[in-house]
Amino acid sequence: MSDQGMMNNPVIRWIEHRMPIFSFLNHSIGTEYPSPKNLSYWWNFGSLAGIVLVIMIVTGIMLAMQYTAHSDHAFDSVERIMRDVNSGWLLRYVHMNGGSFFFIVVYIHIFRGMYYGSYKAPRELLWILGVIILLLMMATAFMGYVLPWGQMSYWGAKVITNLFSAVPWVGDWIVTWLWGGFTVANPTLNRFYALHYLLPFLIVAMVILHIWALHQFGSNNPLGIEAKGPQDKIPFHPYYTVKDLYGMGVFLLVFFAVVFFAPNMLAEADNNIEANPLATPAHIVPEWYFLPYYAILRAIPHKLLGVVAMFGSLLILLVLPWIDRSPVKSAKFRPIYKWLFWAFVIVCLVLGYIGAKPPEGIFLIVGQIATAAYFLFFVAVYFLSYIERPKPLPASISEPVLKGGGSPAGAQAKPMEKA
Amino acid sequence: MKRFLIGVLATACGLSLTTAEAAVTPPPPKQEWSFDGPFGTFDRAALQRGLQVYQEVCSGCHSLKYVAFRNLADIGYSQNEIKLFAAEATVVDGPDDEGEMFERDGLPSDYFPSPFPNDKAAAAANNGALPPDLSLMTKARKGGPDYTYAILTGFEELPENWKELDEYSFLPRDFELQDGLTFNRYFPGHQIAMADQIAMAAPLAGGVVEYADGTEATIEQMSHDVTTFLMWTAEPKLEIRKAWGVKVMIFVFVLTVLLYFAKRKVWADVH
Repeated sequence: MSDQGMMNNPVIRWIEHRMPIFSFLNHSIGTEYPSPKNLSYWWNFGSLAGIVLVIMIVTGIMLAMQYTAHSDHAFDSVERIMRDVNSGWLLRYVHMNGGSFFFIVVYIHIFRGMYYGSYKAPRELLWILGVIILLLMMATAFMGYVLPWGQMSYWGAKVITNLFSAVPWVGDWIVTWLWGGFTVANPTLNRFYALHYLLPFLIVAMVILHIWALHQFGSNNPLGIEAKGPQDKIPFHPYYTVKDLYGMGVFLLVFFAVVFFAPNMLAEADNNIEANPLATPAHIVPEWYFLPYYAILRAIPHKLLGVVAMFGSLLILLVLPWIDRSPVKSAKFRPIYKWLFWAFVIVCLVLGYIGAKPPEGIFLIVGQIATAAYFLFFVAVYFLSYIERPKPLPASISEPVLKGGGSPAGAQAKPMEKA
Repeated sequence: MKRFLIGVLATACGLSLTTAEAAVTPPPPKQEWSFDGPFGTFDRAALQRGLQVYQEVCSGCHSLKYVAFRNLADIGYSQNEIKLFAAEATVVDGPDDEGEMFERDGLPSDYFPSPFPNDKAAAAANNGALPPDLSLMTKARKGGPDYTYAILTGFEELPENWKELDEYSFLPRDFELQDGLTFNRYFPGHQIAMADQIAMAAPLAGGVVEYADGTEATIEQMSHDVTTFLMWTAEPKLEIRKAWGVKVMIFVFVLTVLLYFAKRKVWADVH
């Protein structure tokens, strides 16, 4: 923000005097927010997630203007959006694939946080807020998938809500309460629609808290050491605004390629059949981004324990900052954790693959091994903290940059002057 | 540990072998479609022939409830042709001022009328099986248009000695075709309530349909045409979507290149 120029504008000065929103923005995403100078492109995914959230809310509100939340009309109204509403097909395909891309971006964002130890002190609360955002996203996505009222919408809703019947004593009562009746029906669709509209705004609220917590100590960085002084930092604007915009361009290229040329790539064919409570599809599968948890659920032959394991696989992330006792953040300097991390990524991918397969034969066995491996990762991380010998850490963020870069000395001097 | 791993692997291989030997419906063979690829469009002539096949064969049992006559403008018919085409249909409208339902000729704004008054009537007329609506059929089954084509061309007489033929190894050994059902190798369960309309009515040469443009109405040709038509009914905005997509991709690409150079310029003093 060229704040000097802007502050000459009398209107801006008038507003700023009464409500200092311009300096607030400047301290949030402007020249007054110092960020580590060494952030890699893996740090683009936070802002990308924010961009996708905005895309989802805008397209979602416009779709809501055309959609009918009634079990007799929902499927037809979606087809009307696809056929008769001006650019309705575009709104729907952006929203539908936007959901998938939201998860892709957020999963990468989470894995980045795990690799570079971004969850460690003093950023534990930042991490916890992020996990809460993930949980809210999942609830939103699950309820949104029910709205088109296709076969998978209906049966997915039935299977997932039925999980709560595993709760001892009050399970059946909870399920009836969730459904608003004795099966998934119009009252269920209505409340899911209301909640699907509400939760994104709770996500926005949590994102604001997430960013607030982020600004307390600023971003972590690939070295995982805190900035020692102004020479380690550069102002967020223009450096990271332009970098985030460039990242957005690359993201949109991939996103639009799917939206315009393969919009049904990630969709389930069965959801183009209207919901029919009397005909169960041969394979009920959730959306791809739920498949790892679905695999964990089905790996355990006991219903209640399966549900506990499924939710546990998410909730364990909340305490990750206290499971990992190692003071070193970045996996760059943790020779064993680095491999453990990649093994964990592979386990998650295997679980995703297994989640799409019927739970029988080899798939069940692999699913059970992968489920055990998922939880063993956290156990291993705990003990690793005590046995791993980390590599020596660089003295400061600037040090390796100066050493490795080999660029003219004058080039490095500049940002210091600025900051 | 090693021995354990080998054991796991061996079990895994054994298990996957046994599942591979079990009955699996053959996947629909890949076909070439005019609407494939990022620049694909609908072949207008195929769409119009496909409409004819739907109208003269499929519409006897299958509805097409999401398609209105006015939509036919998209596949190359003039307003006049659409009016005439719609007028051939009889539509139940009402109630009138006396409270009676009445029949009238179809209008361009009407949707394709369903062959049966309701699902129960449709099922009753078809051995208890409900002929599904075809509007979204090419998107509503795994395999998409390839599957639709495979079903239409997959009717066959199951030979008496099928158990001895390698070609039928995908069938469960205790398979038995029920009365009133037709054998179809690509249909899940391999018996379909849909009678082999196309082949039965067209035993050898010539067709159940006589194409106005002189195209020979072979089973393959008719199946290909009607599948193209049903892809259009399922995804009527496919052409405009891809056309916009090309423009959007060019725009975003140029924008991204500019942003890349902007980023390099801004960062020049940091690196």
